[in-house]
Amino acid sequence: MKGTSPAKIQKALTAVAQTLPAKRESLIPALQAVQEKLRWLPRPAMLGISKYLKIPESEVWGTASFYAQFRFSPVGKNILTVCRGTACHVRGSAGILSELEKEMGIQAGETTPDLKFSLEKIACLGSCALAPVMVVNAAIYGAMNPAKGKGLLDQLRRKSKSKKRAASKSKTRRAK
Amino acid sequence: MKEKNNAGSREMSGIAAAKLETKQDLLALARELQAEGKKNKRRVVICGGTGCRANKSLELFQLFQKALKKRWLGPEIELKMSGCHGFCQRGPVVVVEPEEIFYQEVGRETPDQDIEDIINKTLLKGNYVERLLYRDPRTDEIIPIYHNIPFYARQQRIALRLNGKIDPFSITDYLASGGYQGLAKALEMNPEEIINVMSKSGLRGRGGGGFPTGQKWSFCRNAKGDMHYIICNADEGDPGAFMDRSIMEGNPHGVLEGMIIGAMAIARGKSPAGGYIYVRAEYPLAVQSIRKAIEDARNYGLLGENILGTEFSFEVKVKEGAGAFVCGEETALMKSLEGRRGMPRQRPPFPANQGLWEKPSNINNVETWVNVPEIILKGGEWYSAIGTEKSKGTKVFSLVGKVKNSGLVEVPMGIKLRDIIFEIGGGILGDKEFKAAQTGGPSGGCIPAEYLDLPMDYEHLAEVGSIMGSGGLVILDEDTCMVDLARYFLTFTQNESCGKCTPCRLGTRQMLTVLEDICQGKSQTGDIELLGEIGDTIKKASLCGLGQTAPNPALTTIHYFKKEYEEHVHQKKCSALVCKELVSYNIQSVRCVACHRCLWVCPNKAILGISLKAPEIDQARCDRCGTCLEICPARNKAVEKIPGAELKAAG
Repeated sequence: MKGTSPAKIQKALTAVAQTLPAKRESLIPALQAVQEKLRWLPRPAMLGISKYLKIPESEVWGTASFYAQFRFSPVGKNILTVCRGTACHVRGSAGILSELEKEMGIQAGETTPDLKFSLEKIACLGSCALAPVMVVNAAIYGAMNPAKGKGLLDQLRRKSKSKKRAASKSKTRRAK
Repeated sequence: MKEKNNAGSREMSGIAAAKLETKQDLLALARELQAEGKKNKRRVVICGGTGCRANKSLELFQLFQKALKKRWLGPEIELKMSGCHGFCQRGPVVVVEPEEIFYQEVGRETPDQDIEDIINKTLLKGNYVERLLYRDPRTDEIIPIYHNIPFYARQQRIALRLNGKIDPFSITDYLASGGYQGLAKALEMNPEEIINVMSKSGLRGRGGGGFPTGQKWSFCRNAKGDMHYIICNADEGDPGAFMDRSIMEGNPHGVLEGMIIGAMAIARGKSPAGGYIYVRAEYPLAVQSIRKAIEDARNYGLLGENILGTEFSFEVKVKEGAGAFVCGEETALMKSLEGRRGMPRQRPPFPANQGLWEKPSNINNVETWVNVPEIILKGGEWYSAIGTEKSKGTKVFSLVGKVKNSGLVEVPMGIKLRDIIFEIGGGILGDKEFKAAQTGGPSGGCIPAEYLDLPMDYEHLAEVGSIMGSGGLVILDEDTCMVDLARYFLTFTQNESCGKCTPCRLGTRQMLTVLEDICQGKSQTGDIELLGEIGDTIKKASLCGLGQTAPNPALTTIHYFKKEYEEHVHQKKCSALVCKELVSYNIQSVRCVACHRCLWVCPNKAILGISLKAPEIDQARCDRCGTCLEICPARNKAVEKIPGAELKAAG
């Protein structure tokens, strides 16, 4: 499994120690700060937080696992999020989610094995007047439907492919 | 642009110099800014709320800026980015002042052309750009002015007073619009007087509980402790409601000012005070704007040590929530602030006596806080004159779902549900039949069509088995299946149940299982009664508000839409065509032209046919994915979706 390098984890932990006081109160902000840097919470990172805040690792894990925001496995390069709020539900967001699940071959909350795409759902994004809503890498898209959702996915797929092609081209050029 | 530059230079050059030492300083600065603001006549205000940003309003702002610069109009016309207007569906919204011409959906398709037209026709010549104006969905009439649009005309905006008018990232803009005047007034009052005004106003907690704010403050003031905490609950977890996000994005200083006044009323002359704003991490823009507001207020001497030269000090910190619905409950929220699992605890002791770190704490919702400065400024009597006998003032509803105009509406308490849906909301989407209105989110209930004339206030909503909640108002039409909706909400509450008490943890699970069975056609006679029984137990025995109200969506839909449940259970039929297992697909041979597209795309190979003949669906193999319906050309419409699973049984 492609993990996060220990050096990166250490860097994130150092940043936490510099900005947050070593108090219980800092636990959730610390987890959030680490996740923002690494995009997920590897176990060594949680161990580091536990040491810094002097809280047993079991409690760090217990608190982190209580909240929906925290991820305990690596996340894909692209994150597609489908809003499952009430307004989105009555306007058909379940259909978008199932279409994407079918297209990507994974369930909501999972990541494709090549770590390129993650599919997530969110309880409510608070953009209910634009329902149904999807978020793709922090950009919000309103008035979605299954076909449009698939369109966004295809767009991302093309992008990642063309990037790969460009990268391989430059490599061959360099080789020449 | 002048004021903007002025404000910018003030903020940049002399942060320390701009620090206001006394109340007189504040009033003088406000006067100066107000005079400055009046000089500028032409203004283009572009909405920068989350909804409009999703429709690329940031890019529109930049294009506009460039276009104005190119024509040397920069100094004459002020370009401003405001917070949320509430009419997110029509975004990006652009308002031209002083006439307040309302342009909608600007730059969705042709941004450059739209900007050219607004500059040439409106800014230079004073004419309207007709194609960007609002068109009434009922009368097809064009309405150019903001205040005449029915969506806004019936509203009375107090909590949303400055939303869409000021730049939320500029404290000077807030000051120029009468900001921090409430605080200036409160400085002259003693804490009991402030609490008295709040009690007189009749303001009740807008987060859902509806507890009188003045009373809450006086409880906390009277509690003994060496520290008092003032908390703003901005953990808006209720799916379908977004007023708190909009207020924080559009008027963060209003919330902050309310909290400072609250802190003065509760802790001044008693003990030090500390403030927390607990905001959802899912609202990045709101976090950003509230953080900026705190920083600016501190630089201006309105927050921190010795506010405006008085002996009173108050500091506010922002904490981001981590995605747990139950943290909207006050005791759970405090546990989360302490860095623990957000689990509610038994009350009493109430947070007013033992809250955050066992210290007296007062917690109010965003919408409650933002009302405070206006009430202090205009008086309790002014506020209590609005609304009904027991529910005073206005309430922001988030009008969403199957309605033509969806967005945030602030109306006086006691307004009829019908007026909100049909006058402000413009009616049901696609002119379909109104079926029910869901209020109060996962804790609330559904109000059927027979109660359309119900006055919207705390008491009347409770009478029909629903609640006000935080103000979510989801409109449902004939295409909504009530059983599916109940299942949806139970899925939500079951997921968000913290697991501390058994009735909620296991009860919601059981209810969900039964509801799933009903939706999938696996139900048995007696299941509806079983739901009622479990629901009653959860309501009576759960520890916190989440559990006590979790069965409401199921119980109210059973109460008002029992027929629909019975149809699902006994006839295995879903008339709204929503429950996948309780509908069937059929190919009408009369309409079919035998193109056989459906035959090729069917993922289950359930469609059988020979060339030149209409194919048939093998119901036993069909898994109701609906692919055939999608592929069938619109001119033929040969595939139909029919309620009931009988066809499957026959096949």
